Amino acid sequence: MATFHDYDSGDFYDELFAPDRTPRPGARLLVAKIESLPPGDLAMRQKAAEALLLKMGITFNVYGRQEGAEKIFPFDIIPRIVAEEDWRQIESGLKQRIFALNAFLQDVYNDKKILKDKVVPADLVLSSRTYRRECEGFTPPRGIWCHVTGTDLVRDRDGLFYVLEDNLRCPSGVSYVLENRQVLKRTFPQVFAASRVRPVDDYPGKLLEVLAHLAPEHVQSPTIGVLTPGIYNSAYFEHSFLSQQMGVELVEGQDLVVADGYVHMLTTKGLKRVDVLYRRIDDDFIDPEVFRADSLLGVPGLMGVYKAGRIAMANAPGTGIADDKVIYSFVPKIIKYYTGEEPILANVPTYICGNDQDRAYVLDHLDELVVKAANESGGYGMLIGPHATAAERAEFAVRIKAEPRNYMAQPTLSLSRVPTIVGNQIEGRHVDLRPYVLYGSDIYVQPGGLTRVALTRGSLVVNSSQGGGSKDTWVL
Amino acid sequence: MLSRVANTIYWMCRYIERAENVARFISVNVNLLLDMPSQGGRQWEPLVLITGDQELYEKTGYSDYSGESVVRFLTFEREYPNSILSCLAAARENARSIREIISSEMWEHLNQFYLEMTHDENLPVALNEPDRFFKIIKMRSHLFTGLMDSTMSHGEAWNFARIGMMVERADKTSRILDVKYFMLLPQFDLVNTPIDSIQWAAVLKSASAFEMYRKEHHQIAPRQVANFLIFDHSFPRSIRHCVNKADICLHRISGSPAGSAGNSAEKLLGRLKADMEYTDIEEVLAEGMHEYLDGLQTRLNRIDTAIGTTFFNIQPLPATAGQQQ
Repeated sequence: MATFHDYDSGDFYDELFAPDRTPRPGARLLVAKIESLPPGDLAMRQKAAEALLLKMGITFNVYGRQEGAEKIFPFDIIPRIVAEEDWRQIESGLKQRIFALNAFLQDVYNDKKILKDKVVPADLVLSSRTYRRECEGFTPPRGIWCHVTGTDLVRDRDGLFYVLEDNLRCPSGVSYVLENRQVLKRTFPQVFAASRVRPVDDYPGKLLEVLAHLAPEHVQSPTIGVLTPGIYNSAYFEHSFLSQQMGVELVEGQDLVVADGYVHMLTTKGLKRVDVLYRRIDDDFIDPEVFRADSLLGVPGLMGVYKAGRIAMANAPGTGIADDKVIYSFVPKIIKYYTGEEPILANVPTYICGNDQDRAYVLDHLDELVVKAANESGGYGMLIGPHATAAERAEFAVRIKAEPRNYMAQPTLSLSRVPTIVGNQIEGRHVDLRPYVLYGSDIYVQPGGLTRVALTRGSLVVNSSQGGGSKDTWVL
Repeated sequence: MLSRVANTIYWMCRYIERAENVARFISVNVNLLLDMPSQGGRQWEPLVLITGDQELYEKTGYSDYSGESVVRFLTFEREYPNSILSCLAAARENARSIREIISSEMWEHLNQFYLEMTHDENLPVALNEPDRFFKIIKMRSHLFTGLMDSTMSHGEAWNFARIGMMVERADKTSRILDVKYFMLLPQFDLVNTPIDSIQWAAVLKSASAFEMYRKEHHQIAPRQVANFLIFDHSFPRSIRHCVNKADICLHRISGSPAGSAGNSAEKLLGRLKADMEYTDIEEVLAEGMHEYLDGLQTRLNRIDTAIGTTFFNIQPLPATAGQQQ
């Protein structure tokens, strides 16, 4: 049965083992524990954890397959461990980055100074599908746009963390962080206690503070709701989980109406005013009178109430412009512009297909690069050059030429790996890291985050919709 | 609470109660057949008749009324919305959309209850060991009710859940009685024979009422069995008991004092309750059992509709809604 005896960390940065095959300092207790387990015990613990997740009904729906197909989000019980000094850099780097992106949002929708100063090309911003003219001249409550952010980080072979992408719209996954932690505490109780892992459980409480912070001053105890597209959404479990943990209402668009200039819930005792919405529906769908008219998920008139300051929303509509994958390449400049500081966390070098020189390079090097569509997420609309067939690359070349503004490319990174249970073996699998950041009266970075793991050997795609799983993340 | 949520929890409990009652119908029929002198005939057909869904039965492609076909249809048929499997699937979908309202214990139990019903090996077990199989279903339904009672606050949501359960149970008890009368009609020669009392005992057993009935009335007599299942004050599956309990929950929700009626649901339910108070079994038999039970089912349906319009389908006041359009 599985031990680390034959474990080969390969030509990659391994999160638990140093190149000399000894466990990294924070991982010693865990490795010793796993080594000491009787044969078969680790696999048994893995099975027990999976059974627990199924019983708890922690499943997600997969798009593009038969409707309503449910799966448990695959979970591997060997945690990813982040050393204290690594975490300090991530935490300060994310605080700096999110502060700057929020300042950028406030600026592009109001004074547009950064565009006038030509730090970011104005046409790039104004031509983006996620730029919302409806938000021009608007300042959201407390000047905060991106209340909840999930930033994807990767560690390259050099051991350095890079920001892969920002998610400022409706990032999901934080419920898995909390549930994975519950499961893992039961799986390795002694190691967990002895390793002094920083807790993640106060996230729902912090989120509630952020939401309450947005309510109009005169409202004593605001009515807060989580707005979900409904049970067929892939992240429905999370919407329900967060509202349960915060003790607030979980509402669908059909539960809300606009009347007398306010948004109300339809309750068994009549209408009840709502003050703050944590909305988990994309901008496009929140208000059919303003955005997509065919949306059945949203609330007609919601944007009008919002702009009149009679309801607050997190995240603010319009944040998508700051996580546009082409704008991404300007984030280091954006950070410098608003903070005067050098970025603490580096970007992955990025080629913008809208730029002639970059596009020529990308088209010449498709077999080395990862190409992404500017506005897609979840691993859709993406080409991994080294793993793609010639036909797939040719197809992408056509797409890039047809709509260059919509594509960017990055070198294929050697994502770091973490030992992972594969059948009866332990093998290295590639991971990324998505910490969650809350922006309220101050900026809070949840110590940990979602470690997503590509379960297929050699694969670099960690998205749950594409065969990825997750691990608990221990920040020491 | 949200109207949608109230509606969802009300139906969640109706579905679970419905699934449990289907299991009751089947398991009592199995027992009954063991005591019947002749095999063959139409002992399984009445089960489909109870449901009132014969047309659907035949449309779904079931031609004969063999035990296997009927059990398969009532238990596992996904095309049939009132099969045990369909009811549990619907209850679970409802529970999923109100997970933040019910307790995790309720959700986890219902989730597992459903998942285990989907296994392919259930069909042979249901056919070969029906007693064990349907008993498990009844016990899981009881476990759910117990979890709801002991892990969820007895607030508004809980009261809606209880009303759903009581309305469904009253309807099903009336159907159990009704079908016995239906079965009896072509067989007048059997009245007051041992077969007859076995059948009435079976009716009691399908409502888990046999022992409680014995304590009250000792001898099995059709008139007394009907009296017990319709009018008994304290037996938890009698129609009167269900109606009274639903009435209490409804008043807890609206806050209007018992005996008064603040909305149409309370009016209809209060009227039914009062009518039952001033009716006895002699009058029912004089009117005709089937006619009485049929009327009762219609009134329960009206109450269900009134609960819907009072609490679930709230529309913004026309004056204010008009400004928005």
